[in-house]
Amino acid sequence: MPKELLDKKDIDRVLSRMAHEILERNKGAKGLCLVGIQRGGVHLAKRLAHRIKEIENKDVPVGSLDIAFYRDDLSIRKEQPQVRRTEVPCELSDQKVVLVDDVLFTGRSIRAALDALMDIGRPASIQLAVLIDRGHRELPIKADFVGKNIPTAINENVEVSLEEEGKEDRVTIE
Amino acid sequence: MKLSSKDLLGIKDLSKDEIMLVLDTASGFKDVLRRDIKKVPALRGKTAVNLFFEPSTRTKTSFELAEKRLSLDVVNFAVTTSSVVKGESIIDTALNVQALGAEFMVIRHPSSGVPHLVSTHIHASVINAGDGINEHPTQALLDAFTMKEKTGRLEGLIVAIVGDVLHSRVAKSDCYLLTKFGAEVRLIGPPTLVPLEMQSVGVRVFHDMEEGLRDTDVVMMLRIQMERQGRGFFPSTLEYARYWGLTTERLSMAKKDAIVMHPGPMNRGVEIVSEIADSPRSVILEQVTNGLAVRMAVLYLLAGMKE
Repeated sequence: MPKELLDKKDIDRVLSRMAHEILERNKGAKGLCLVGIQRGGVHLAKRLAHRIKEIENKDVPVGSLDIAFYRDDLSIRKEQPQVRRTEVPCELSDQKVVLVDDVLFTGRSIRAALDALMDIGRPASIQLAVLIDRGHRELPIKADFVGKNIPTAINENVEVSLEEEGKEDRVTIE
Repeated sequence: MKLSSKDLLGIKDLSKDEIMLVLDTASGFKDVLRRDIKKVPALRGKTAVNLFFEPSTRTKTSFELAEKRLSLDVVNFAVTTSSVVKGESIIDTALNVQALGAEFMVIRHPSSGVPHLVSTHIHASVINAGDGINEHPTQALLDAFTMKEKTGRLEGLIVAIVGDVLHSRVAKSDCYLLTKFGAEVRLIGPPTLVPLEMQSVGVRVFHDMEEGLRDTDVVMMLRIQMERQGRGFFPSTLEYARYWGLTTERLSMAKKDAIVMHPGPMNRGVEIVSEIADSPRSVILEQVTNGLAVRMAVLYLLAGMKE
């Protein structure tokens, strides 16, 4: 049985706190661009942008990033990851990019995302926001904004389901 | 979702889902091609060999660029300066190329079936870049991608293919693909080049161009193969142009927003007048751009098909 770690209310509160932290760290919303990693990260980036708008009354551009072409496991996977859209609405050069993902695990997706971002432009800085940090890093990567730290065993599976995918907002572990 | 074979030999053997997978993946690559840095590291460290036993500019260039943009190492095998002229068999050539470490072999050959034959002897992925009068699958995929992008659908589209259908591997691949998706395909041309028997694959044959073009969404002109001039298929280029060339007047039979396609290379003034080829209704150059994205998608997906 999957165990629930966060419910809808928890996720709402966590995202509100993260939005405040992002604004605090960057001294406002100026020059910010949120880029979500397909797919969960994209929904979370949009939600964060919505909250930033509520707090600062400023629109922050939101982009989506597909990292399929940058993965390091293409030659060991049985099948190619599905390719989704990459759409970055702002000129990344000299922007402060906040990369958004749902779960931070080995860090390999983030490594791929960093490469993908660098091919699109040259941001002034890149920060990392994740809803869940479950540990077990295989690369020297650390999140700047963490929704919740969850100690896990390596074989456990953390699942973030979101309303945008037609499910209930919740985070579970199995 | 993945492809079911290590090779892309023809459209005939592909399922609708496989074709959609290629087209969806190609959209992702089209995004990449719009950027400043048009290259991704997806297939870094792998090698592609292009074996072209027949002249080609656009397909060869397109494959080569697609390979480079996926970070593949590319070797172009120039047949005229290779051991093929010393009498080496195609299978030996392929085995040798494979022994050099190629994961992909892109083959164009004047004889139908050569890519199939080679694919059974090697474990590298074989991509058919046109074999004889059989198939040219990546061209059909890029045509479908372009039609879908321009009209928003494939199902129910009325597509006219005009010209030398008999000798056209492009037309064959297009017919297989479009009929799988429920488009209405009309083949138009003189009876010597568009025999009635072709109706057996579920398409309609017209020997009157105006009638065939009526209410079409897509008009695809085929290259009149000059090398067949004087073999009795049609009396003269001039006469061909008069009866089967696409003029503004004839195009007015098609739907108002119909698009015009051509796999290239064009014979301006023969199968198509410049007025149309250079008009906004022509998507001929977009086909070329889309071809790059589609070929990248094919290479990328086949790379995921290791045993």
